Amino acid sequence: NTGNEWGTEEPLKEEVTGLAVNVDLQTDATLQVDISDALSERDKVKFTVHTKSTLPNFKQNEFSVVRQHEEFIWLHDSFVENEEYAGYIIPPAPPRPDFDASREKLQKLGEGEGSMTKEEFTKMKQELEAEYLAIFKKTVAMHEVFLCRVAAHPVLRKDMNFHVFLEYNQDLSVRGKNKREKMEDFFKNVVKSADGVLVAGVKDVDDFFEHEKTFLLEYHNRVKDASSKSDRMIRSHKSAADDINRIASTLYTLGTQDSTDVCKFFLKVSELFEKTRKIEARVAADEDLKLADLLKYYLRESQAAKDLLYRRGRALVDYENANKALDKARAKNKDVLQAETSQQVCCQKFEKISESAKQELIDFKTRRVAAFRKNLVELAELELKHAKGNLQLLQSCVGVLKGDT
Amino acid sequence: MQLDEEIEDKFELNISITNPEKVGDGMNAYMAYKVSTQTTLPMFRSKTFTVRRRFSDFLGLYEKLSDKHTLNGYIVPPPPEKSIMGMTKVKVGKEDNSSAEFVERRRAALERYLQRVVFHPSLLQDPDVRECVCVCALSGAGFLKMINRATDSLSKMTIKMNESDVWFEEKLQEVEAEDQQLRKLHIMVDSLVGHRKELSVNTGGFAKSVAMLGSSEDNTALSRALSQLAEVEDKMEQLHQEQAASDSFCFAELLADYIRLLGSVRASFDQRMKTWQRWQDAQNMLQKKRETEAKLLWANKPDKLQQAKDDITEWEAKVTQYERDFDRVSATVRKEVLRFEKEKARDFKKQIIKYLESLLQSQQQLIKYWEAFLPEAKAIA
Repeated sequence: NTGNEWGTEEPLKEEVTGLAVNVDLQTDATLQVDISDALSERDKVKFTVHTKSTLPNFKQNEFSVVRQHEEFIWLHDSFVENEEYAGYIIPPAPPRPDFDASREKLQKLGEGEGSMTKEEFTKMKQELEAEYLAIFKKTVAMHEVFLCRVAAHPVLRKDMNFHVFLEYNQDLSVRGKNKREKMEDFFKNVVKSADGVLVAGVKDVDDFFEHEKTFLLEYHNRVKDASSKSDRMIRSHKSAADDINRIASTLYTLGTQDSTDVCKFFLKVSELFEKTRKIEARVAADEDLKLADLLKYYLRESQAAKDLLYRRGRALVDYENANKALDKARAKNKDVLQAETSQQVCCQKFEKISESAKQELIDFKTRRVAAFRKNLVELAELELKHAKGNLQLLQSCVGVLKGDT
Repeated sequence: MQLDEEIEDKFELNISITNPEKVGDGMNAYMAYKVSTQTTLPMFRSKTFTVRRRFSDFLGLYEKLSDKHTLNGYIVPPPPEKSIMGMTKVKVGKEDNSSAEFVERRRAALERYLQRVVFHPSLLQDPDVRECVCVCALSGAGFLKMINRATDSLSKMTIKMNESDVWFEEKLQEVEAEDQQLRKLHIMVDSLVGHRKELSVNTGGFAKSVAMLGSSEDNTALSRALSQLAEVEDKMEQLHQEQAASDSFCFAELLADYIRLLGSVRASFDQRMKTWQRWQDAQNMLQKKRETEAKLLWANKPDKLQQAKDDITEWEAKVTQYERDFDRVSATVRKEVLRFEKEKARDFKKQIIKYLESLLQSQQQLIKYWEAFLPEAKAIA
């Protein structure tokens, strides 16, 4: 049994069923994927990927395997590197599970144990545990969304690597990229972005793609800004809730010093603040899930859409270069057949990408609108629920306190 | 209990401090406040009157009251703290939010200070108090002394008392424990104010970014919903700002007042200990004089004997007097503490209920905003 940060014997498990899905996906019976369980160990998270399928490719109708984050990345990267999929928006990879901040807080708590009362310590520990759990749930949700997107995609769902990922019940031995590979990746990205600027500058003949390019460039930047600002806002909210928690504790201490009227008063107010701060913390958590996560997800998806446009742009450049080469070959009357073949290949590649890209971008819009609708409605409903809860608590407390005097 | 309520009912003296105005320029400038009194008490010649006072006038009043009454065991309410930083900004003419906030905070604190002073039945009788509210300005600036005298004496207090009345010992411990907790609480409330202000600013930033996102969104219904969301968040920015002000003015300031007041309470306990010490010293002196007399009798020096006898008489009288003083001061301190506790209970209840009501109103506003937004979100197609 592996221990975890909490020093307990029980590894942190989480019952995960149908979690927050930031994309509106139609799942059908032929292939359903979800993460049915997850385990947080000292330095890794183990996801139980559960598949139900009527497809003949699989040996059974229902099966599960255990996967780690690196294996998800391997799968994502294999899509990106596959030329066949150049015309699709590759579902963005889930971010690495990051418990660093939470661990740091826990460490600080441990160091400061001597300077607080037992009650305070227990309280803060519970809060940190809740925070850890929330981060855990989120990372599970993000890994699940990735798999669901793949499973819902008419072409990607048939991918061989995907099936291996789902079915092969041994370790895929996908070790994390070593240093040299990471360096190569870095340079690949640098070249890509320089290229990207070049390609983006070329005006497209096709109105649809020209509009999409302009739209996506602006949209992506604005989503990025909104995402970071929402994070900042939610962090302040959490800090305020933490303060209210501490205030409640101190009021409690004041209230227990005596049994006079004013002490009873402090106890009641302390109790109220205990309750309202729980609600405030929930508000921050819900804003995180419905707003911040939504924006983060569309940041990644809009990047994936931009990548698609870039690939199409590259194909267009290749096509145009092949055209020029063909003209030159015809002029010199040298290697014409070769140039013709090359040009035809480029043409087909470009047209194939353009055709699927158009549909992908339309689907992206549909998904985006649906996801925003779902999350904004849920956000508003939750904000109302919490505000009403808060209001009721305050009203009843004020009523009691006024009645007492 | 009964008597205090009666006093409260009969209490017709309302004081308010308003209209802070900057007088002069540069480093010699100061803020003058309008002190308005409305009363039916016979000790005043008219029913309503106003004067202009500056901060140093209030400090001067405190010093005078403290000089006269602390040694009798009275709990003299302390004035708000001096703030070189805060005032410098005002003098230099920095017209920004923080200096406006500072002036408002000071105005409210001075008002509460004066209200506490006049609410104290014994202090109200003091002519200096009357002078502060209804005659020409007291000479302020020249008499400024550096630190609150009451808390000054605290640090030098090393008297170990043989406490005959355990009530005082227990009370002092309670006061010290409470002081500790209130200071802790004040720090936390200050932290809350800071985070709420931060939340307000960050919400505003978020609102703007959502508006930008909405304007680049090409689905019309979603675009509109996003700009509505931006408006909601804009309103939340305002709400958080107001809430932070409430946190500060209703809650933090209350705590700051009582931390200062507890200082005055401890001062009155110290004063009691001083009178006890004086009584003890007198007793020791009497003992010495008696020993002197005995020595003189034994050494047979009749000429100095009369002096010795006179000394004894003198010190016997002092011992009696100082014992009476100690009893009197003890009784006053006891009465004052009970009165203080009652006032504190009332103050805290009133203020905290007011604070909770402001929280309540915030939530009601919140509900309005989100209820207006929900249909917009549902309309996305």
